[in-house]
Amino acid sequence: MSDSTAAMREKASAAELLQRADALRERIGGERFRDELVATLYRRAEEVVAQSVRRRRPRVWLTDETIDRILTHPVLGIPVMAALFAVVFWITVVGANVPSAFLAGLLMTDGGLTEPFREYLGIDAPVWLASSVYQLLHALFAVLRAPPWLSGFIVDGVYLGLAWVISVMLPPMAIFFPLFTLLEDLGYLPRVAFNLDWLFKRAGAHGKQALTMMMGFGCNAAGVIACRVIDSPRERLIAILTNVFVPCNGRFPTLITVASLFVASAVARPGTFVASLVGTAAVVGVVVFGVITTLFVSWILSRTVLRGEPSAFILELPPYRRPSLLRVLYTSLIDRTAFVLYRACVVAAPAGGIIWLMANLNIGGASIASLVYGFLEPFGRLIGLDGVILLAFIIAIPANEIVMPTALMLYMNQGRMVELQGALLGAVLTDHGWTLLTAVSLMLFSLLHNPCGTTIWTIWRETRSIRWTVLGAFMPLTIAILVCAMVASLARLFQ
Amino acid sequence: MIGTLFHSPCRDCPLHQSYVVHPDDIGGRQYTVALAGNPNTGKSTVFNALTGLRQHTGNWPGKTVSRAEGRFVHDGTTYRLVDLPGTYSLLSASTDEEIARDSILFGQPDCTVVVVDATALERNLNLVFQVMEITDKVVVCVNLMDEARRKGIEVNTDQLSKEIGVPAVGTAARTGEGLRELVRTIAGVIDGRIPTSPKLPAPPMAAKSLVDELVPKIRALFPGLRNARWIAYRLIEGDYRIRQALMSGELAALARNETESLSAQPLETVPG
Repeated sequence: MSDSTAAMREKASAAELLQRADALRERIGGERFRDELVATLYRRAEEVVAQSVRRRRPRVWLTDETIDRILTHPVLGIPVMAALFAVVFWITVVGANVPSAFLAGLLMTDGGLTEPFREYLGIDAPVWLASSVYQLLHALFAVLRAPPWLSGFIVDGVYLGLAWVISVMLPPMAIFFPLFTLLEDLGYLPRVAFNLDWLFKRAGAHGKQALTMMMGFGCNAAGVIACRVIDSPRERLIAILTNVFVPCNGRFPTLITVASLFVASAVARPGTFVASLVGTAAVVGVVVFGVITTLFVSWILSRTVLRGEPSAFILELPPYRRPSLLRVLYTSLIDRTAFVLYRACVVAAPAGGIIWLMANLNIGGASIASLVYGFLEPFGRLIGLDGVILLAFIIAIPANEIVMPTALMLYMNQGRMVELQGALLGAVLTDHGWTLLTAVSLMLFSLLHNPCGTTIWTIWRETRSIRWTVLGAFMPLTIAILVCAMVASLARLFQ
Repeated sequence: MIGTLFHSPCRDCPLHQSYVVHPDDIGGRQYTVALAGNPNTGKSTVFNALTGLRQHTGNWPGKTVSRAEGRFVHDGTTYRLVDLPGTYSLLSASTDEEIARDSILFGQPDCTVVVVDATALERNLNLVFQVMEITDKVVVCVNLMDEARRKGIEVNTDQLSKEIGVPAVGTAARTGEGLRELVRTIAGVIDGRIPTSPKLPAPPMAAKSLVDELVPKIRALFPGLRNARWIAYRLIEGDYRIRQALMSGELAALARNETESLSAQPLETVPG
């Protein structure tokens, strides 16, 4: 009994205290009080530091502050950033061709490494390298007297799927990822966020979205998880829904391959310096377009379904660190390249088998594959692509990495066997009706279309909402179709 | 205390090791140490170095998304280390700040370590002062000393301790420099061998009379409460969470708790 009266008395005096505090706040104002309080803390901090910290001239002349004055310069910051990424893409575009040719020769071209040796080394390949693994496998199956459907399914389906993924995807990845990891380890990525912050604020989104966007370059699923660093649920959702507009690990090689094989050679003579610059410009252009789309869609979202004011935050620029070379190589080659390649192979092997079956099982005299891409053809044409590419995008929903390999396999199975040579891939595509418009449309569609299966699943796990997940999948797809249709009709208008 | 019971020559014998009763197992006191700090001061690196765990670290602000816990043993006593989210202040503008603040205020850790960046001490002290307003059991871990030296910045940790009234230890967690000293200091602050008496900045001039009026009222209501002045600050600002804690009796419980723990540890120096 006395306990409860004591509690009541306590409560009464607590209420009294609260009332008094509210009255006092009227006098000074909560906001102003906080500002004054923080000011006293900083004044005291200044005094303490004056007593206990001594500064000598730094031993190095190039301090972080000097570097940041250029890299986060209000005017120079963004051009320098674009130039830096352009250099990374250029090295990738230039560097990927030769290893691609060698891998294709080793794994699947008739004549093995004969052609790449002659072209890049100027010597004849030794006899034992004059046939590819693909030819050897066929020879092996012939010796074993395997039925044609078996060797077809295994060698022309599963094996060829893997071989395409490795020879088309591996070289750009193995060059791009170490360079990107190097930038990350140096501490450059937060500077990118700093440079882009004002843009995101204008779009009604959170400045940290620039950071989650950078994570998306690695993997969109990881980028979606990284959105947890954004506190406000509204801004977090914007960041999650727009993360897909930066090309991930799995899509970069596609962009780089199409840019260097097709866009570059459609404009300049293949293999020249000008061609590599054109290829780089195409990739940079697509990435910049992705960032613009991110900002634009964020702006639309923050004015419609996710209305509100952007919240303030503090972004600390970490010190630049000398990257450890071994760690960079490990992270980029094992954590990233091997991971992406493994994921691509896991999907590519069954996909290869399915593609072979679709191409070789006939219904009424036409293969299933040709029926499907024939059906998709009109719609594909409408958005600047073709039925085969659309079918490839559908098959590649589990992993975007296999879009190009799938499309190439579908083309190869269209009856005419074309001499496969790494450097002549562009010619293969031209043979199947590719134009500059097809290449540009494919790059745009790859950039903007729905996220891969893993990312869609991650969006659901992070939002726990079917509504946002569906929006996260179909909004990009709709945008991709609209943009590609617009580009295609514009291109046809001016032809 | 419990540790000394088992201090005998045979403690190094392998048999003894397997039979020894861990203080935790018999309800012995296990101390809680909270790890606070600005983002990107190497807080996670300090955490990993002390606990031997592998929280992901990276050159990113805000890498630690959720709270991590680990343990370390010093002189036979177990310390539970709680890694709080990295924050610039405790004024509760975000979820992270609220988690950090509530863990220190309501969690009542036996010691709070504030990790600060030796190359940016001025900005980092803001958080140190705010933590010292809530609790006097504070150790400042001046991390990234190696980086500071490289930049020609010399932090005199002894002088810093004198200025702020709580111990400051210089460390470079990446190389392990100063960590032994840090652990010794934490243990010393907890068992009272190292007295702490935070020297707090005076309240803002414009609000001095308001604070002076409220503090005695709060003290009268909750005699055991150590951070009456901080509560006064929060009430003047109109902090929702603290108002709520006041009305729900949470603050009263906190005050009772502190009175008890004071009487349970008579050796502790009670700061004036």
